[in-house]
Amino acid sequence: MARYILRRLATMLAALWLIITLTFTIMHIAPGGPFASEKKLPPAILDNINARYHFNDPLWKQYTDYLGNLLQGDLGPSFKYENRTVNGIIKDGFPVSATLGCLAISLAILVGLPAGIISALRRNRWPDYLSMFLANLGFSVPGFILAGLLMYVLAYRLDLLPPAMWGTPRQAVMPALALSALPMAFLARLMRSSMLEVLGQDYMRTARAKGLSERLAVWRHAVRNAITPVISYLGTLVATIFTGSFVVENIFAIPGLGRYYVASIGDRDYTVILGVTIFYAAFLMLMNFLVDLAYMFIDPRVRLVDRKEV
Amino acid sequence: MQYQQELFTPLNAPELAGEQMGRESPGYWSDVWRSLKKNRLALSGILIIIFLGIMAGIGPHLSGSAYDAQNLSLANRPPGGGYWFGTDSLGRDLFSRVWIGARISLTIGLFTSFICFFIGVLYGSVSAFIGGRVDDIMMRIVEVFYGIPFMLYVIVMMMALDTGLRAILIALGMVYWLDMARIVRGQVLSLKEQEFVLAARTLGAGTWRILTRHLIPNTMGPIIVTMTLLVPNAIFAEAFLSFLGLGVSAPMASWGSLASDGIQGLRSYPWQLFFPAFFISITMLAFNFLGDGLRDALDPRLRQ
Amino acid sequence: MLFKQRRFLGLVCIVSVMALILTGCGGPSGPKETAGQQIIRYNASAEPQTLDPGMATGIPEMTIINAMFEGLTRYNNKNEPAPGIAESWTISPDGLTYTFKLRDARWSNGDPVTAQGFVDGWLRALDPKLASEYAYQLYYIKGAEEYNTGKGSDKDVAAKALDDKTLQVILKAPSPQFLGLTSFQTLFPVNSKVVSAHPDWIASPENYIGNGPFKMVSWDHNQVIKCVKNPNYWDAANVKLDELHFYLVDNNTTGFNMFKAGQLDIQYNVPIQEIAGLKGNPEFKIMPNMSSYFYRFNVTKKPFNDPRVRRALALAIDRQAIVRDVCKGEQLPAYAYIPFGVPEPGGGDFRKTGGDFFREDLDQARELLAGAGYPDGKGFPAVSIMYNNNDQHKAIAEAIQAMWKKNLNINVTLQNKEWQTYLNDMQNLNYDIVRASWTPDYMDAMTFADMFVTDGGNNLTGWSNKEYDRLIDAAKSTDAGNPKARVEDMHRSESILMEEMPIMPVYFYTQPILIKSSLKNVIIPPFGLEAEFKWAYVE
Repeated sequence: MARYILRRLATMLAALWLIITLTFTIMHIAPGGPFASEKKLPPAILDNINARYHFNDPLWKQYTDYLGNLLQGDLGPSFKYENRTVNGIIKDGFPVSATLGCLAISLAILVGLPAGIISALRRNRWPDYLSMFLANLGFSVPGFILAGLLMYVLAYRLDLLPPAMWGTPRQAVMPALALSALPMAFLARLMRSSMLEVLGQDYMRTARAKGLSERLAVWRHAVRNAITPVISYLGTLVATIFTGSFVVENIFAIPGLGRYYVASIGDRDYTVILGVTIFYAAFLMLMNFLVDLAYMFIDPRVRLVDRKEV
Repeated sequence: MQYQQELFTPLNAPELAGEQMGRESPGYWSDVWRSLKKNRLALSGILIIIFLGIMAGIGPHLSGSAYDAQNLSLANRPPGGGYWFGTDSLGRDLFSRVWIGARISLTIGLFTSFICFFIGVLYGSVSAFIGGRVDDIMMRIVEVFYGIPFMLYVIVMMMALDTGLRAILIALGMVYWLDMARIVRGQVLSLKEQEFVLAARTLGAGTWRILTRHLIPNTMGPIIVTMTLLVPNAIFAEAFLSFLGLGVSAPMASWGSLASDGIQGLRSYPWQLFFPAFFISITMLAFNFLGDGLRDALDPRLRQ
Repeated sequence: MLFKQRRFLGLVCIVSVMALILTGCGGPSGPKETAGQQIIRYNASAEPQTLDPGMATGIPEMTIINAMFEGLTRYNNKNEPAPGIAESWTISPDGLTYTFKLRDARWSNGDPVTAQGFVDGWLRALDPKLASEYAYQLYYIKGAEEYNTGKGSDKDVAAKALDDKTLQVILKAPSPQFLGLTSFQTLFPVNSKVVSAHPDWIASPENYIGNGPFKMVSWDHNQVIKCVKNPNYWDAANVKLDELHFYLVDNNTTGFNMFKAGQLDIQYNVPIQEIAGLKGNPEFKIMPNMSSYFYRFNVTKKPFNDPRVRRALALAIDRQAIVRDVCKGEQLPAYAYIPFGVPEPGGGDFRKTGGDFFREDLDQARELLAGAGYPDGKGFPAVSIMYNNNDQHKAIAEAIQAMWKKNLNINVTLQNKEWQTYLNDMQNLNYDIVRASWTPDYMDAMTFADMFVTDGGNNLTGWSNKEYDRLIDAAKSTDAGNPKARVEDMHRSESILMEEMPIMPVYFYTQPILIKSSLKNVIIPPFGLEAEFKWAYVE
């Protein structure tokens, strides 16, 4: 087990290094730069800027310098936001995105999973149709439309909630709803399909045959077995949603990390691109790692380690 | 021990005939089709998809105004008169534009989900089935792909490729198989230790046969759910790509771009959002009904 | 079993969080406001890149900095530079030496504002190590460019504090725009004591010491910057606002909704699709904006190397229809390059004196196109219009594309580009036709005129004309001391530009804004900054 974890961590570091290198390369291939502007700067001033930010150094030097600083935990200064560091941007933005993400995922799980289970148990009856219809609607409305509609109806027409900004619980309602719609719908459908799969298995028949009550059979056998694919999806989902969504954060004026991820690329704010990418990738890998570990607890059949190796 | 010859008597012909199959045994796919036909929702899904397909072909020619014919003095007209779906901010017929959009969006949605189906299922199942170090490395590769910002390499790709459908399909195909691969891997991991795999192996089945005949068919449920999710995802990713300059170029339209134009004028011109959004939803419902039906039909245990 | 219990606990946590949210919904709505407080909530539309006066380049940044700093002059409601920290000044007859007499003014921490503070601020902005993008705004001063480009030293920059209250500046050439520039962010003073004690003074409200009407109390990134009245400001008696909040909401539709919900008092950028529905609303105002919207032609490429083709295309679009049906903000159709509002010596308006240079004329356009070898559009090469991703640019390009097809029978395609790719392609002349715009740096026709000199950094069309270069050069050197001759040079250069048409003017901007009717004396100037709050109050 310890060997597995060590090996896993080593490959994770290698993957992270690969991500940094590839992102670094691609970002320098992309046209433009952090100081490109509509009003072209006089060459002498560009020289000053290039000297100050070491853009005159050869790329490999910039790359090794960056890695050197990274090893000391320093992600560098932002080029676009004078007087702000990438570490500072992540420290400011991530807690906000994570709070919002946590709300959205809780909402998605609380509604999505039971909806999927009920709909599988009441297959082809009205609870099934109703929850699947709603789940399908959740799919078919993309984030920017849903967010726009929510704001239009709840804030503009009905005046129930403040349209935007961050800080009070009331302000979190609309963005959390907008963010949770897609995962909620997906979780419901995934759970339903997975449940149906399990309910048809022989061990369910066995469980019922040996006299387990329907409730117990469903909980102990069906749900526990059906949850595997859901968990596999949850890892990625948590990583994606906790790091923030550009669309939702932009529309509801939320000071999260998600908007930097997209905006920095448009601005070619090199250090922010790299810093947020590294943070996001490390977080994603960690979540996937946890998911794989969780598999072992939930599903005893899963063995990530070959027997020979243990 | 010796068997005595007289203990065995040959069957006579009439008795033998009774054991014969009355009809040819139904093949796998005809069985699927039979089961699908019984599912009303799935059937209506198929009909809707066929209808949308036909309209994508002929719709742009029905109203008599071309999708790019402007009439600035008739801008932002509500539905009615000569314009069944109203007009947009440049006075173009929304009916024609919605069906031109259907062409683009349906193509993108279908192609992307098929590309992802093939790459993702193969990749995920191979990774999980071989397991160990190979699985580890293959999954880290997925994470590397996942880690590089999508937008960044689309911007770089934009320099290399001309804008158009081909570029969009490549861009989308490159990222969307990742989710599929992870989900399939998760499924196969939990299935591969089951008895039927052991049984198949004991009977001498090779890795490839076990994968394609035993493991993948058993993961069809989650795969189809993921595929149906991919269709809308791809349709909206296209709207995002056009933001980066890689989408279809104006005045061509897609449902994604029509919807994002429409959301701007939601307060004053709701129909400009309603029609594209409505057809997107209808399409998703149809694909999901079909997906559910297919899933049930493909899985022998769920066939009724 | 343990695992299950933990799962149950997790569920309980989640449920309680949700309960918390739901109970939160019952609270009172709307922002809390103390009665009688004078507060304006303005949407600055973006997180400022920096609030360092020496470094900032954007107009939103300038708007915020201008509320907390003051230069030698400050623009008044008549768009004229009026005394700011300088209570008076003299300009030598040759137009080169400016002597400013400073008034008794204090920084927000109580320190006196001295002439040396200005010298410090300017030298800081010029320091090559600071690498300020706008350092070139100071190049009018003798020795400034040399210092900034590493060819001279800070001692040779001809800005000197003769005493605490007297500042003397020597320019390298007479520049009528210099006085106005002293109200500009790059020419603001700094409090050297604070700057040297706290190198990151910009980042923390307590160290952000200014000399303007307001001072910062908090800065929540991507949310709001809150300022209060600065009691140490020299003219504090005339500042009526108690608080000024700059919201940093970049989505215009969101800003619009916040305005409607009463979360904002001014929304500067109004979504285009809303404009039609806002007509007649007393909160909706259309303000002048001294900027020009135009298309560049790449004159190094066929077919745009032929002036007849450029002119034919320019004559064959309906600007009135574009302005009325596409932009809808009462913009003015442009039949010249330099917009209305630029003053001339003697009190005239540069555009009104110059007049229009052409008229839309389909017959003439078709003739010109035929003369260039494309009768009825036959054989016209495949070309495209490039624009950066934006709804309005897209709509205008689509309209122009259709007009050219209908009027000249030529087919052009549209290319939508991400911002940086667009800039890169434009600056490398990797385009056929590209959408562009220009906002002035200072209130003088020269900010528009000197763009199109041969190989000018912002020419970007490949166009070159000797006579044009000569006229601009004369206006900057031999005629610089003679305002009449100087402005005549610029009129003549514009007429060459409009004869040759490396660019096709489309319209002159306006600024549609939303502002609560209770707000008084908020100045929305036509250039330089979005809004001036010094004299503002709430009724």
